[in-house]
Amino acid sequence: MEIPENVKRRLSLPFEENFYAGHTACQGCAAALGLRYVLKAYGKKAIFAIPACCSTIIAGPWPYSAFNAPLFHTAFETTGAVISGIEAALKAKGYKVKGEEGIMVVGWAGDGGTADIGLQALSGFLERGHDGLYIMYDNEAYMNTGIQRSSSTPYGAWTTNTPGGKKHFLERRHKKKVIDIVIAHKIPYAATASVAFPEDLMRKLKKAQRIPGPSFIQLFAPCPTGWRSPTDKSIELARLAVQTAYFPLFEYENGKYKINMPSTKKEPKPLEEFLKLQGRFKYMSKEDIEVLQKWVLMEWEELKKKAEVFG
Amino acid sequence: MAESPFKADIERVEKEYSEKMTPGAIVYLPGSSVVNKTGSWRVFMPEFHKDKCVRCYLCYIYCPEPAIYLDEENYPIFDYDYCKGCGVCANECPTKAIVMVREKK
Amino acid sequence: MEYKPIKKVISGNYAAAYAAKDARVEVVAAYPITPQTSIIEKISEFLANGEVENLQYVPVESEHSAMAACIGASAAGARTFTATSAQGLALMHEMLHWASGARLPVVMVDVNRAMAPPWSVWDDQTDSLAQRDTGWMQFYAENNQEVYDGVLMAFKVAETVNLPAMIIESAFILSHTYDVVEMVPQELVDEFLPPRKPLYTLTDFDNPIAVGALGTPADYYEFRYKIEKAMAEARKVIKNVGKEFGERFGRDYSQMIELYRTEDADFVFMGLGSLMGTVKQAVDVLRSEGYKVGAAKVRWFRPFPKEELYELARHVEGIAVLDRNFSFGQEGILFNEAKGVLYNTDAHPAMKNYIVGLGGRDFTVDDVRKIAEDMKTIIECKKIDKEVEWYHLKR
Repeated sequence: MEIPENVKRRLSLPFEENFYAGHTACQGCAAALGLRYVLKAYGKKAIFAIPACCSTIIAGPWPYSAFNAPLFHTAFETTGAVISGIEAALKAKGYKVKGEEGIMVVGWAGDGGTADIGLQALSGFLERGHDGLYIMYDNEAYMNTGIQRSSSTPYGAWTTNTPGGKKHFLERRHKKKVIDIVIAHKIPYAATASVAFPEDLMRKLKKAQRIPGPSFIQLFAPCPTGWRSPTDKSIELARLAVQTAYFPLFEYENGKYKINMPSTKKEPKPLEEFLKLQGRFKYMSKEDIEVLQKWVLMEWEELKKKAEVFG
Repeated sequence: MAESPFKADIERVEKEYSEKMTPGAIVYLPGSSVVNKTGSWRVFMPEFHKDKCVRCYLCYIYCPEPAIYLDEENYPIFDYDYCKGCGVCANECPTKAIVMVREKK
Repeated sequence: MEYKPIKKVISGNYAAAYAAKDARVEVVAAYPITPQTSIIEKISEFLANGEVENLQYVPVESEHSAMAACIGASAAGARTFTATSAQGLALMHEMLHWASGARLPVVMVDVNRAMAPPWSVWDDQTDSLAQRDTGWMQFYAENNQEVYDGVLMAFKVAETVNLPAMIIESAFILSHTYDVVEMVPQELVDEFLPPRKPLYTLTDFDNPIAVGALGTPADYYEFRYKIEKAMAEARKVIKNVGKEFGERFGRDYSQMIELYRTEDADFVFMGLGSLMGTVKQAVDVLRSEGYKVGAAKVRWFRPFPKEELYELARHVEGIAVLDRNFSFGQEGILFNEAKGVLYNTDAHPAMKNYIVGLGGRDFTVDDVRKIAEDMKTIIECKKIDKEVEWYHLKR
């Protein structure tokens, strides 16, 4: 059957696979999917540094590896520092870093390993201006150690150390906006991305490869195990998060904000569509959902204003 | 691309792999995770209805393993050695050409 | 080319910086802490004046990140160097384990400084000795010359056995005190220390590797044994490199314990680092007064020189172990380790532990004399009054 033109246009992902099956991620793991995309984008000319997180296990216990690219496992809080060191070594040895034929140095860390314990090293990496890429895959909790809350956990979410109980739920803090902290360093390129929009992610990865200096991408990666959602809904959740403006897609390039599709379209969907698919929000009452909805819309207005003023 | 991209690697891994303890816990065989056939994990399996498929590739794009690859005519082939049965492909397929059915052991 | 030393009057810290420059180090990632600051200041000066090629200096935001950056750089194949002291070394503790576990030859200069609280910037060996379990080789320098030589030798030894090494010097006594150091011209250093051939590198894209993956109980044990095997091999490598250094540059380091006038000694003083310089002076004075004493300076604390200690202990009747450190709830660390080494042997001289100079308290020739008198009494009466003596206790 003839492939329609609008479908042909979708084929913007490279077909080369550098991520091997047989890894031990959960069923429906969006972090594994994110790794697959990043490895597709950079082929073999990338050096990865992965701290202690789910990806440590996904990448394979000794002696197995699911990667077809060099990988350095490192301590929890050191991702930013290790990629700084690798980049310095490459420069000292005369290799080309970033750019068309250059080597990409990628730090791939979770939200806990970036927003909490890894914040110091991340800030140092961004501030010193190393040519590298830091990707924070955001599954909104410390999933590897058994679903504990991180600063990236949203208001009302159940985690094992902020559970819901007979009286109330414990997570009353809003999600920390790591992307704003990163942008405060005034780096050349920062962006948010979602696994449900792979071409957008690919475009951003290619851009990060082109633009010299430190780059940062926050990748929204639903976790069916930790969010108590059905394993087949991971991509749908990632899509809904963008469509409800819970996790809008935008880029920050050289001081200018740009909101990406589909966050540019119409009014955001009501947040309930996103929340009802996840078991972790079941302790929230109508009032609590209102609080979260208000926060989402407030952040969305702030972003739209920034895009207007600094667009 | 009619053959699984991972078959060649399994042969290579099983041929080259030895119990050599590399200092620093270095894994020197990239892609050796293919010896772990995660297909044994699943409860549901994707059933493919080729007549409904429009070759949009969304299943191929969204499979986290990846356990879907494309044949010469660019129809998806499901690698049941590795498919964990998560159901993302069935959920994303726009024409419902993939249905998750209980696996008969 | 004949060795004509370049003589400069420099501090211990500058000696370390010059040695790192001569060793053609490629990546330096360090965080400032008193009294190490002048090492990285000097290296930055070399960089600004264009005196070093291919050096990348990363001014990291903490010591933990400094070691992490050095580990990343070393894994990518570069020769790396860093420096720190007391609190910084304690902060890097987690990454010290990582460097030895990943078998990366990072070389570090630690300036021995007392651990806080109370705050102190003065000489004390507890900070480096507290890291003795991390799998790092440890070399204690007695003077600025040994700092320079030690750094050069450490690169060679570390890159041969693929284990990290630290050179330890005293705060202010060595780090900021000026002395004559004979340095080696660059061409001769290049002959002694060729470019690094890494055990593995992340830049091999045709054969990509994964380093440091999960090790289950079925595998972890053997990985740790490999580290100990490397340490055991390091004993041989250290002796060979020390001998080669002596043949090339006239200063022999083949003895892991330097023996000074111990051939006919009744008892010896044993210790680490710069305080042994004072002890050697005191030995000369005491010998002139009729004592038959000697000094045994332990150069390499890790790998511990078990055989050399046994050889020494067989021929003396007493060892006064001077510890400028303490492990609370136990005793002085060098004393504890030396006793343990000799337990299963047939050499059991009288051994007493003197805790001296903590936090930089002055340790003089007179103090050595008092200790000598005490040891003499012990050997004559064949009785040790108390095993551990806090020598300087005033109140």
